[in-house]
Amino acid sequence: MSAKKNPTVITAEPGKQELFITREFDAPRELVFKAHTDPQLYVQWLGPRGYEMVLEAFEPYSGGRYRYIHKDQDGNEYGFHGVFHEISEELMIQTFEFEGLPEKGHVTLDTMRLEALPGDRTRITIQSVYQSVADRDGMIQSGMERGVNDGYERLDDLLAKM
Amino acid sequence: MARIPTTHDPFNAVAEPKRRKILEALGPAERSVNEIVEMLGWPQPMVSKHLGVLKQVGLVSERRVGRQRLYRVNMENLKPIYEWVTPFERYWSERYDRLDEILQGIQKKEK
Repeated sequence: MSAKKNPTVITAEPGKQELFITREFDAPRELVFKAHTDPQLYVQWLGPRGYEMVLEAFEPYSGGRYRYIHKDQDGNEYGFHGVFHEISEELMIQTFEFEGLPEKGHVTLDTMRLEALPGDRTRITIQSVYQSVADRDGMIQSGMERGVNDGYERLDDLLAKM
Repeated sequence: MARIPTTHDPFNAVAEPKRRKILEALGPAERSVNEIVEMLGWPQPMVSKHLGVLKQVGLVSERRVGRQRLYRVNMENLKPIYEWVTPFERYWSERYDRLDEILQGIQKKEK
């Protein structure tokens, strides 16, 4: 039996400064946590396809910092950095800033909860809080450099929440 | 900054939680005001008021059958709201699909 793909669900209510990302994994929480804190594993899944991912700094403990760079084939570099506020198997809190914006200081506060589910499964829920509704909407609309016109696969998920 | 009137913008229209509840209550079905009133347990004037706004922005359409007005969700006009979040969602989906592969790899090694 091939495993059914777990959907990534994003909830962004109009007019709010926050958004939520929810995803389940067919793996125990310990491993999901490890994949978020072990640099060798982290680089393998964090960056978009077709980009080289460089972890310049990675200190996954309370007060530690991180900075990573996505490089595309044309030599463009996109930097991201922030600090870790809380790191445990249940809760990871960090700030996040994309360095490619025209103006510095548009920082996001990301809180990720890791919930152990029966059958060695894990659910993560990320709350991202932006400094303004415009910041949040700008980030969503930018599509993080990804294609805009694909697929309506998850229309059902979104409609179900509305 | 002046707010776009709720009655002109579908995004603003669904910013009101009660109107999202009405869209949920309608689902794929066509329903009368009374049916929605019964499902949600809200006063009829409140339901009618919100339905009116949803109709004005084109998120629901209305059909008269005899003395009754029936409402249904206008899926075509909900699409812009969905499309708005799609690229961002794809980015995260791809990222977590890769994480799935890595987690599977680790679990196989451990067994």
